[in-house]
Formats: sequence, C-alpha cells, structure tokens
Amino acid sequence: MTSEHGHGEQKFIWKYVFSVDHKTIGIQYLVTSFTFLFVGLCMMLLMRWQLAQPDQPFPVIGDLLAKILGDDKMPTGVMLPEFYNQLGAMHGTIMIFLGVVPLGVGAFGNFVLPLQIGAPDMAFPRLNMMSYWIYLVGGFVMLSSFLFPGGAAQSGWTSYAPLSVIAPPGQTVWCVAMVIIITSSLFGAINFIVTTLNMRAPGMTWSRLPVFVWAQLVTAVLLLLAFPVLEAGALLQLLDRVAGTSFYIPKDLVVGATVFPRAGGGNPILWQHLFWFLAHPEVYVLLLPAMGIVAEIIATNTRKPLFGYREMVGSMCLIGVLSFVVWAHHMFLSGMRTSLANLFVTTTLTISVPSVAILTCLLLSLRGGSIRFNTPMLFALAFLPMFGIGGLTGLPLGFAPTDLHLHDTYYVIGHFHYVVAPGSLIALMGGLYYWYPKMFGRQMNRTLGKIHFWLTIIGMNGVFFPMFIQGMAGMQRRLADPTAQTHNLPVQWWSIPMGISAAIIFIGQFPFIFNFFMSLRNGEKVGENPWEATTLEWACPSPPPHGNFVKTPEVHRGPYEYSVPGRKEDYWPQDEAA
Amino acid sequence: MSTAVAHVETETNTGIPNGKLGIWMFLASEVMLFGGLISAYIILRSGSPEMIIPPREMMGVPLATFNTFVLIFSSVMMVLALAAIQEGDVPRFGRYLGLVIACGFTFLFVKAYEYHHKWEEGITISSNLFGSFYYTLTGLHCLHVIGGIILMVYILRCGLRGEYTPTSHGRVEYAGLYWHFVDLVWVILFPILYLLNT
Amino acid sequence: MNGFNWGLPRAASSYAHEIDFLIGLLHWVMVLIFVLWGIFFVYCLVRYRARDGHRGTYHQTGENASLIPDALVLAFEIWLIVAFHIPMWRAIKQETPNEKDSTVVQLVAQQFAWNFQYAGPDGKFGRRAASLVSASNSIGLDDSDPDAKDDITTINNLHVPLGKPVILHMTSKDVIHDFAVAEFRNKHDVVPGMSTTLWFDPLFVGKFEIGCSQLCGLGHTRMRGDVIVDTPEDYAAWMKEQAADKAGSADASDVQPVAVEKKS
Repeated sequence: MTSEHGHGEQKFIWKYVFSVDHKTIGIQYLVTSFTFLFVGLCMMLLMRWQLAQPDQPFPVIGDLLAKILGDDKMPTGVMLPEFYNQLGAMHGTIMIFLGVVPLGVGAFGNFVLPLQIGAPDMAFPRLNMMSYWIYLVGGFVMLSSFLFPGGAAQSGWTSYAPLSVIAPPGQTVWCVAMVIIITSSLFGAINFIVTTLNMRAPGMTWSRLPVFVWAQLVTAVLLLLAFPVLEAGALLQLLDRVAGTSFYIPKDLVVGATVFPRAGGGNPILWQHLFWFLAHPEVYVLLLPAMGIVAEIIATNTRKPLFGYREMVGSMCLIGVLSFVVWAHHMFLSGMRTSLANLFVTTTLTISVPSVAILTCLLLSLRGGSIRFNTPMLFALAFLPMFGIGGLTGLPLGFAPTDLHLHDTYYVIGHFHYVVAPGSLIALMGGLYYWYPKMFGRQMNRTLGKIHFWLTIIGMNGVFFPMFIQGMAGMQRRLADPTAQTHNLPVQWWSIPMGISAAIIFIGQFPFIFNFFMSLRNGEKVGENPWEATTLEWACPSPPPHGNFVKTPEVHRGPYEYSVPGRKEDYWPQDEAA
Repeated sequence: MSTAVAHVETETNTGIPNGKLGIWMFLASEVMLFGGLISAYIILRSGSPEMIIPPREMMGVPLATFNTFVLIFSSVMMVLALAAIQEGDVPRFGRYLGLVIACGFTFLFVKAYEYHHKWEEGITISSNLFGSFYYTLTGLHCLHVIGGIILMVYILRCGLRGEYTPTSHGRVEYAGLYWHFVDLVWVILFPILYLLNT
Repeated sequence: MNGFNWGLPRAASSYAHEIDFLIGLLHWVMVLIFVLWGIFFVYCLVRYRARDGHRGTYHQTGENASLIPDALVLAFEIWLIVAFHIPMWRAIKQETPNEKDSTVVQLVAQQFAWNFQYAGPDGKFGRRAASLVSASNSIGLDDSDPDAKDDITTINNLHVPLGKPVILHMTSKDVIHDFAVAEFRNKHDVVPGMSTTLWFDPLFVGKFEIGCSQLCGLGHTRMRGDVIVDTPEDYAAWMKEQAADKAGSADASDVQPVAVEKKS
C-alpha cells in the first residue's frame, strides 16, 4: 500500500476533473457543497424578507428578481405563495442533501478518512469519482426544477402525499433528482465502509481509530441501510405522478371540484413511513460527522486525550442502531395508531441518552486541558452549547403530550435548525479551518476567521432563537404570510430582527469566501503538522501526494496521546516509533 | 487510470477482499430497497379494501413457475461457472456463464409475454393497486435482471480474454453473488404476487 | 395571566392547563440543564485556557461519574413517560368522550377551507359522496338521504355550546391538512381516505382561531377558521337560525314542514 502506481504524469482532465484521488474528490465535494449551501442561504433570505414584510416587494433588487424569475414567481418583486412554498421545499432539500451531507461526508469524510486510517486512498477510487459526478448531476437536476411550469417542488422537503402527487411537474423532477442523489450517497457509503473495515494501516486497531473515523463509519451504515427505503418511496411517488398508480392516493379524492381519476386504495401515511424511515437516520447523518470533527478539534486544542473515548464511540454506535426505530415521532399526529405513539415516545427519549453522553464527554474533555483558542477551536467550542440548545428543545417535541401544541410550529423549525446550523454547520466550518492547512498547505487568515465566526454565530442565534418564541405562540410552519392568521400577530414583530440576523449571516460569509480563496495564494505556508496533532493525517506532507504516505505508516498507540507524562513534547503521534 | 492493479487483490484487515465486501454492502442496500417496496405491498395488501387480488387463473401461475425455475437453474449454472474458473477451465466457464445469460434472456422474454398477456386481461399498472405493485415490483426486478445480464456479458468477455485465473477471479464471484441475490428476490416475489390468492 | 407562562396563548380547553404545566416543567428543566452545563463550560474555558507552563492532564478521572448525567436524564424521561405521557395520551387521543354527552361534528377539510357538518335535530349525519361534490355542495352531501335533510353545513365557523365536550370526526377531500386550535393545545392531521378524531372541552365562551398545521398548497397560509364557543342558549338560537335558513333554501318539491319553534 505505497504511493507507487503504474501511471505517469496525468492529463489535467484525469488529474483534476475526473480524478480518482480521494483528496481531489474531497475538495470537489467541498467547493460544490459550499456553493449549494450558499444557494440555500440566498433562498432563505428571500423567504425571511417575505416573513418580515409580507407581500412587500423585495428591496433594491425586487424589480431585477421579478424580471429574472418571471410572473409566476415574483411579479412586481412581491413573492407569490406558490414561490414561497417552492423556496421552502427547495431550501430544505438543498441544505440537507446537496449541502450538509455532501460537506460532512463527501468532503471531509473523503479527504480525511483514508489519511486518518493510514490508507493510500479509498477502496474503490473510480466508484468514488462516480459518486461525486452523480451528486453534481443530481444537484443540477434538482435546481433545474425551478425552470419547469409551475415551478420547483413545493410540498415541503418532506413531500407529503397526496399534495406532492398533485403538485406541478417540478415535484417529478424532485423525485428523479432524489434517486440520482441517493445513488451517489449509496456508492459513497459502500466505499467508506469497505475502506474503514479493510484498509487500516498495520497497528490501527479499532480502539486506536480517531472518533472522526468511527463517526463516518456509523454514518455510512445509516446511509447504506436507510436511503434505499426513501428511494423505494420516491419511486412509488414518481409512479403515482406519472403512471397513474395510487400507492398514496385513497379512493374518491376530490381536487378542486373534480374527482381525481384514480383507482385509489392507497394510503398517504405509507409515504410518511417510508420517508421518515430514511429521514430520521438522516438527521444523524447530518450530525455524526460534525460531532466527529468537534472531537478531533477539541482533542488537538486541549492537548489532552478526549474524555470517554469508549463511551463516545459506543454512544455513536448506539445512536446508529436506535435511529432506525424512532422515525414515527414525526408522525404522532398523522392518524397512525395511537398505540404506536407509546413505542416511539419511548425509543425517542431513549435515543437522547447517547446523545447526551457524547455531549457530556466532549464537555468533560475540556476539563484539565490546555485550551488553545484558534479559529477551528472557536467553532468546535460553539458547537457544544448550540447543539445543547438544539438537543434540549427536542425534548418537548419528542414527548407527545407537549408535541400536541408544538407540532408543525416554528418551535420545530427552531429545534432542527439549532442542531443543523449553529450545530453541524458550525462544526463543519470549524473542520474547514482545521484541515485547510492539510488540504492546501497554507493557513487561513485568523482575523477573517474570527469575523466569520462571530457574525455567523450571532446571526444564527438571532434567526433561530426567536423561533421558539413564535412556536410557543402557535405560529405554524410553512406559512407564506403568517399575518393572515390572527394568533400569529403578537409574535410577528420577531420576524424583523430575525430577518436582520439572516442578513448578518449572509454578510458574515463573505470574509470566509474571501479568506478561502485568498489564503490559497497568500496564506502562511505550513509543514506536515501545523497543529501539533497526533492523528495520521498530520504525518504526511501538506498537501499529501498521490498515495498519501511515502511509506505505509505503522500505528503504535491511540489517537489522542497528548501531554503524556515524562515526554518532552506534549503530543505523541500515532505512527511515531515506540 | 490504474487498470494494472485492477485484479490484484491486496491484503485487507478483515481478510475479505474489497470487492467481496463491497458487493455484500451493495446487496444490503438492495435488501432495503426491495424490502421497502415489499413492506409497502404487505401493508396495503393487508389494509386496503381496494387491493383486489386477481384469481389464480388470471395470474398465469404455471408460466411464472417455469420462470422461477429458469432463474434457479441459472443460479446453479453460475455456481458451476465459478467452479470452472476456479479450476482454470475457461471454455467450461464460458459455456456455463453463457447459459446464465441465456437464462436471463429467457426470463425476460417470458416476463414480456406475461406483461402483454396481463395487459390484455386488464391488469395494468394503473388499473388497481395490485396491478401497480405487480408491475413495479417485477419491473424493478427486471431492471436488475437486465443489469445482471450486462454484468455477466462483461464478465464473460473478460473471462474469455484470459483475465481470470484460479488465483485471481474475484469479480466472477462478486458477479455471482449479485446474480444469486436477483434470483433470491424473485423467489420471494413469486409466492407473494402469484401464489397468495384469496 | 399569573406568572411567567413561556409565551403560550391563553389556555381554553380542559386539558390545556395540564399540557401547559408539562411545557413549563420541561422548559424549566431544560433551562436548568443548560445553565449548569453552561457554567461548567465557561469555567473550563477560563480555568483551563492555555498558558505558559501549563500542560494538559493526561490521566482522566471520573469516568463513572460522567455517566450520572446520562442516568439522571434517562430516569427523568422514564418518569415523564410513566407519569405523564401514558395517561395524557390515552385521555386526549384515545379515550374520546361519550358521543351522547357531546357535540359531535363532522369536518371535511379541503384546499383551502374547513367544512363543518352538523347532524341537525335528527341526530344523524347524512351521507356524503365524492361524486356529488360541486361548487355549491362542497362536502358532497347526498340530498336524497333522509338523514341529510336537516344537516347543517358551515364553512370555517365551528359553533359549539359551552358545557359539553366537542368531538370532531375529520376527513379531507384532497390533501392532508391539520386541524389545530392553539388555545385548546390540540391538533390532528386530517387525512383523505380515512377518518381521524379530535375532541376538546372548551373552558369559556369566545372565538378561538383554527389554523391549518400541515402544508396543503398555495393557500395553506390563509386556511383559517374560528371555533365559536357560545352559551348553550346562544348556540340553540344559532342552530335554529341555521335550520330555518336551510328549510328556506330547500326546493319547494321536497319541503317537509319543519316545526319551527316560535321564539318566546
């Protein structure tokens, strides 16, 4: 397993475009996913404006938007409710499937995992390359749905039937794009699992694996086993839409004043079961890679071993298993049998225990440390209280009697955004600051990093915290104009500071984008191990060459041997001779 | 592109070659795919009054039974093809694998006839829930058979060109695993679609 | 309102106070956990910041003690399930009050309105059929059914009398909606092809907004209505008025003399 290969100097297209090197593919995923995240953010800005100033034309560029988007979306710069729903459905879909997961798994998983286990590449490099390109195609197909008559998917990212079945053609495109994106993920999951099981360097036993690798492994298993069920569900929805089937269509549906001409007999709740069977494990796919990154950054920047390695790893595996049996907590009020509610409340509250355990271990990892407050550490530290808020607010939602009031309100939106945005996404951004030196051989600028951090964190709290307040008042989700319902009026004013906060997040990303590109040329050059870390990705050049390690590393110790008593250096790399 | 290392099986931590582990992972995901669809079928079949199962005569059970044996037979041929290449007997490998491919085509031709016949009888994909599930489940399965045939043609071509030896023939085994899986799915679909009649 | 109530709207149904108590309890516990964790977090950041001559601690202690928060959380959650979830879910979602002692109304939701059907004096609901749905008959009430003769239908207004529970049997014509009244602290999906049930017992008279709580299309944002809780007398008067309207608008050919009580 050395870096010797049979080929000579490659042409540009094979080296950079259709590269089979996991590092190049990882960077492709990195740039693409951040771009999609930015697109999702822009969609959200449009929505936040509409929520703060319903039916007012968008400022400054309202006319321009009207011209670009056309009369069926924002005539005279004012958003139509159909377009609001399109933005809502696509914001969720893009952020989750084209943004956070490809970033956490496709970008960081791809780049870092083989390095951390001491492998020269992934088990199936060509499959890896295909995963990326299929993802990109899927992303374009998904975005193209805006161009179809009637617009993009507009039935929520959850695409509940029968609404999604009678929706305009953009929904068909959504189904097709999901099948493409799922295929990409499945190929990736196969690669990650086989690589982790089979290609660890000599001495890299299971208990010496970095937490990040464990997180990626559990994530890959979730993707492998849960995504196909959504694929099955999406296939059935596609057939309902284009082939006249009635998998989700009951008899005697009346749309408008006409009977919907179908044989009927289907069950709308079937879609919900198939969807949530994936979508619940999916939230752990969003979370686990981020937690893994936080673990790595904290270990390196506290200069001590992580607290409770076994507890953390065990909790991640337990979350993986339990995530398959909680899905119907999204369906307490769906019309499913109430006896099932007892089961799912129990499993849902149970799964909170390993999540609490991981957070506790990360928190306790700070105790006794020597904490360095560099840019990645700011992000990793912020993750802890932010995920704390997100996780805690899951309690009244997972608990059915309180969910009675909070279901489908802004409280839910606040909860999941806290875990995904100031939670996962903050951790992922931290990951970029952390591994950028390895990827590009240079450091990112610290001042710009701090500005990015504070603007993003403040902005995110400003947008998402008031959502709990709005939710408590009973303000429902997915309302194009909340003021149309009187019970929302007392909390409507919050949308104005929320909109301003969204703008702060938007502005805050520009120092980041600038920093990323500027540092490629002007960043301080670094050597192999700028952070003085112990894991194997820091035991090769920055950036690593094709094949990663000149000589296959041999692992002699665990992943977090920091501040070992009696040693001069406060870190002991895994591959250093005994 | 490093095709030179394509058939070299490097040592792995688990002792299982990458390709074999990869195929097993892929098959796990396929189990969930078909499992999701079959679960949907079971749920609606047991819960929906609109799920009207056609009588056995309309389903053409004898022909479908023949088709089931075609696939089972093809799996046996696959095993023999693998055994042949394990002994380095390429011509024998070619004959058996050719039979596998022929069985695949036979299966598809019979299914095409079945579809046509059912269409005439009024069982279409949209005529009722049973029809919807029948065509979706068997249609997805047929797509997998087509994929399998393409795969086997490729394996046959590589094999006849001498790329597989007694010590290096992993891809034949992996393709075989896939083929057995496709057979297994049919063995499950056949009774639940054809034999469980009210 | 007395005391801090977490921004909840007024509690207007018999089980609302219990739900509010739980929401309050959970949130106080959440705040407590967050504050305790937060204090420890800030303490660590200050106490263990990197400075000269200060190394990290290699050996970890308190591994078993760290399981205490997990155990406490688990115990708390088990208590919640046993003490609150099981009885409350049963009471609110499973055990519907006796129909004889309640006001029973049928709800047919559609894009984008709430159609309510009352059984009228005969106490029987008339048959509905999808094929009979038209612009003037949005629930497809079958006029040829004798039970339907005295059925009252309203749109977006659910009048109910104070003093007894209200039971809603709900279905949808087209897509999934969700009948939600924030002030009653209850909601439930309204699903085409099946009937779901929701009951509530209002505490006082007034108007309480119905909001749709499941995205149902471009009109979702404006799909609202009102539950109007009347005194029993006002409700009876309203019913009489509705019955009179219905009799007045019936075809001459199928008018059956309806005994109209003279107002005294």
